Amino acid sequence: MIRLSVPLRQALSRLSLPVLIAAAFGTMLLGKADALLAERARMALADALTPIWGVLQQPVAATRDSFREAGMLLNMRSENARLRAENERLHRWQAAALALEAENAMLRRQLAFVPEAAPAFTTARVVADGGGTYARAVLLAAGPHHPVRKGQVALDDRGLAGRVTEVGARSARVMLATDMNSRIPVVLEGSRARAVMAGTNGARPRLQYWPAGTQPQEGDRVVTSAEANAFPAGLPVGVVRWSESGAAEVELFARLDRLDVLRLFDYGLSGILPPEAVARPEPRSRR
Amino acid sequence: MKGRPAPASGLLRQADALARAALPTGLTAILLVLAAVPVGLFGLVPAVALPCVFFWSVFRPAALPPPAVFGLGLLQDLLTAAPPGAGVLVLLVTHGLAARWRRFLVKQSFLVVWLVFCGFTAGAALLGGALQALLLWRFLPVPPGFWQALLTAGLYPGLAWMLTRVHEAMLRAEAAP
Repeated sequence: MIRLSVPLRQALSRLSLPVLIAAAFGTMLLGKADALLAERARMALADALTPIWGVLQQPVAATRDSFREAGMLLNMRSENARLRAENERLHRWQAAALALEAENAMLRRQLAFVPEAAPAFTTARVVADGGGTYARAVLLAAGPHHPVRKGQVALDDRGLAGRVTEVGARSARVMLATDMNSRIPVVLEGSRARAVMAGTNGARPRLQYWPAGTQPQEGDRVVTSAEANAFPAGLPVGVVRWSESGAAEVELFARLDRLDVLRLFDYGLSGILPPEAVARPEPRSRR
Repeated sequence: MKGRPAPASGLLRQADALARAALPTGLTAILLVLAAVPVGLFGLVPAVALPCVFFWSVFRPAALPPPAVFGLGLLQDLLTAAPPGAGVLVLLVTHGLAARWRRFLVKQSFLVVWLVFCGFTAGAALLGGALQALLLWRFLPVPPGFWQALLTAGLYPGLAWMLTRVHEAMLRAEAAP
């Protein structure tokens, strides 16, 4: 250790804060100039920490499950009544679905329809929250020789959750559909009108740019559109809800606040760009 | 059987001093990594970083030198997918101001310190939001920053309680011969 004189050491300690603040500005410039460097540093850190998170995630998930279990025991009666009603309704839908399936099979036979191949998917565990104040993302633990690639579409058991934006050696980051930078081309199933679903960092992304004359209807199902060649058509996304302030929002099917496992589908689509390269749509007043 | 522990040898004493000096930084880093475990609440990492840095800057500034704050800020930025540097600057400014006002703050009751910290969270949300807006070159919505500040201010009492226990244990260890 180098021995320094007391005044020199005092001067150094007084200088260190301004110098470091300047270094912080330098870091900002560096991160701005070389976005790839920041991404690499981020994924290297995620790769190093993923095993720790993987171990920690299990007791946390167990605790969360037991809390959920306790909550379920508390309102079992009302839940049971709700499930009975839902079961009743689903039975009717099942009959309709079976009839439609039979009809569909018959029509396909007549048309010599070539079915699309079932897409390959990999399943990965969510081990960490990768988002901050202005970002919504999760980190996935993947094996050392994982097939996860940028641009793959992530779905939970109910619907679209997001897409893979960064891939490391052992981990991958998925930008959620609620992230501010997320723009997903969608179709409103009722009217077949196209729109863009833009994340706001809140729980419900907003709908934008629907064609004039076709207002999104409350409760209308929203599915992905193949428009920008980033998503396959028809993945379930959510339902339209009008907020109190009069904005069209999408209530997602995916439960983004309790993601455990994500399925990553590789549709082989090339129309995805890194979030930094996506051209920003111009903000426009809605009325 | 009770008695004074044998005086530690030079190496042990050095190791002890080193461990005590590294404890605030190490503990904060561990808390940051733990805060990233998904519990259904988003934005926990920056909400944990600010109270820890503020607490140690006020009550034990010598144990959290500016380079350590820089490192913690970088860790926070890399964990939260924020543009690197923005969180670093926010934490450094917090550290600088808290260390400057510590003579006033250490004498105050917990409630006053918490209120002052609420002011810090508001300032941090404004500065952080402005920096990120500048770095991302786009307008940022206000609600996420507001919720972040609220979450940070709400986490302070719990974290401060835990860190006070740690700090008292450290003081006791130092008071012992």
